[in-house]
Amino acid sequence: MMENPYAHDFLREALWVGWIIGTVCAVLSCYLVLKGWSLMGDAISHAVLPGVVLAYLAGLPILFGAFVAGMVCALLSGYLKANSRIKEDAVLGIVFTGLFAFGLVLFSKTATTLHLDHILFGNILGLEPGQVERTLWTGGLMLLILVFLRRDLLLLCFDPLHARSLGMRTQILTHVLLALIAAAVVLSMEAVGILLVVAMLITPGCTGFLLSPRFEWMMLIAVASTWVAFTLGIAFSFWLNASTSACIVLVQSGIFAGAWLLGPRHGLLWRRQVQRV
Amino acid sequence: MTTPCISTPMSLRVEGVTVTYPNGHTALKDASFSLEAGSICAMVGVNGSGKSTLFKSIMGFVEPQKGSVRIAGLGVKEACRANGVAYVPQSEEVDWSFPVLVRDVVMMGRYGHMNALRISRRADREAVRQALKRVGLLELQERQIGELSGGQKKRVFLARALAQEAKLILLDEPFTGVDVTTEHTIIGLLRELREAGHIILVSTHNLGSVPEFCDQVVLINRRILAQGTTSEVFTAENLLQAFGGKLRHFRLDDAPGSNPLVLTDDERPLVLGHGGKVEDKGDPSES
Ligand SMILES: Nc1ncnc2c1ncn2[C@@H]1O[C@H](COP(=O)(O)OP(=O)(O)OP(=O)(O)O)[C@@H](O)[C@H]1O
Ligand SMILES: [Mg+2]
Repeated sequence: MMENPYAHDFLREALWVGWIIGTVCAVLSCYLVLKGWSLMGDAISHAVLPGVVLAYLAGLPILFGAFVAGMVCALLSGYLKANSRIKEDAVLGIVFTGLFAFGLVLFSKTATTLHLDHILFGNILGLEPGQVERTLWTGGLMLLILVFLRRDLLLLCFDPLHARSLGMRTQILTHVLLALIAAAVVLSMEAVGILLVVAMLITPGCTGFLLSPRFEWMMLIAVASTWVAFTLGIAFSFWLNASTSACIVLVQSGIFAGAWLLGPRHGLLWRRQVQRV
Repeated sequence: MTTPCISTPMSLRVEGVTVTYPNGHTALKDASFSLEAGSICAMVGVNGSGKSTLFKSIMGFVEPQKGSVRIAGLGVKEACRANGVAYVPQSEEVDWSFPVLVRDVVMMGRYGHMNALRISRRADREAVRQALKRVGLLELQERQIGELSGGQKKRVFLARALAQEAKLILLDEPFTGVDVTTEHTIIGLLRELREAGHIILVSTHNLGSVPEFCDQVVLINRRILAQGTTSEVFTAENLLQAFGGKLRHFRLDDAPGSNPLVLTDDERPLVLGHGGKVEDKGDPSES
């Protein structure tokens, strides 16, 4: 018989945290995927490393440093793109690898009590006291903002020109979206780590996109798939004694693969059948 | 909260607009023209002549380095916020795989009439329904936008502009890839809007249909080459200048009696009679 992992308090807490950050990331991922900004999540998540180390050295809150570094990456990329001939994806690649490398050098040259592998891969089973509450409040606030702006953000992704012709402040809205991504990365950093948070910011949205032609459904599917991923992922990592964040991401990738193969409308099998008829 | 609205008659004044993109390319130079309420104006020029750029500066999406745009006497921002301007995008600029239904897109036209949460009220749903009905898409409103034909796709965004109830409508190439029936539906709608006092600015490569429904023409090639009524401006001489040899043109010497001049910018050809004046409005059902 396999032991029920959620009989343990620390695993139940981990699951709570996972559900909250998973929900925030899943909702954001829908916008990122539709805006074609998948790489932006990748970039921001890598770029937080120097911020973490510098904040530690300066005695500031680490999460604050991470957020600032993430925003610097996003804004710097935007500025470079607007003022050079290089395309956005290339600019992002240059900026975030540069910042990440800078962070690594800083890290190796300073004596810190920070664990690099906790930053990179998270430590959801070793949450500090009070972290559940902190995640709940921050995540809740972000979800509130997302609910409030959901239609405006959707329009920004779909047709920024129309948004502009309605007199909406598209520039500010874009920056709000960037700030939300950076905040989501920071929120998830301690739990799943900066290397795997990007999966949280891309995969659920893609799964939802495959399964539904309507945005509302796409979002619900994305969120649901993330809950399943955290619930099963944490359980698997407990049973197999394997890396937790990796297990979570693996389940998420599995769900995506399932959607791709079996999903209606766009699914591979379904399409085969239509062709045969 | 009452919906902001423009009560004075619509007018459009573009004065000395110069747009230089960050890569240093000047897409528009010192462009000036003006339009009064109740007109349909064709914007004609080669690819890259700055038509879309001009539209974007009228909507405030690109900021001109010089010059100004006034809409019903207001600045661009104020006019947009008062639901003064609607934009129908070029088809290639739309992501047709986006997970929204036809109805959702038309509802986006109502956002300016809603509160900050964009929750639709009965008036909004009714406006959407009317708009869908006018363009003949009521039956298809539950489709994802990618599941439409080319002509139906165009009409979705036209419906959005109708639902928006803006008095200035910018249409970027509404006739590319559209069959004759749809073209006539669109033209019929635009005429109705003109009667209602709207200003409609249409960029098009469809030269043949311009005399049919446009009363004003702006010829553009980075600068405004000519502006005025269709009969004054839309002449062979002006067009050949605007297109600088990029126009297919040939004389039909075989035609008995006259030898009309045929001009085409790759879509519906324009047929001009003696003296390069508009002669045949080119019944499309014959071509
Ligand atoms: N974002 C941009 N950055 C730099 N240059 C641009 C940008 N958008 C357009 N251009 C350039 O400005 C010029 C005018 O482009 P615009 O899109 O206004 O042309 P157009 O008249 O609409 O052409 P078409 O008939 O092909 O639609 C072109 O040379 C184009 O390459
Ligand atoms: Mg164009």
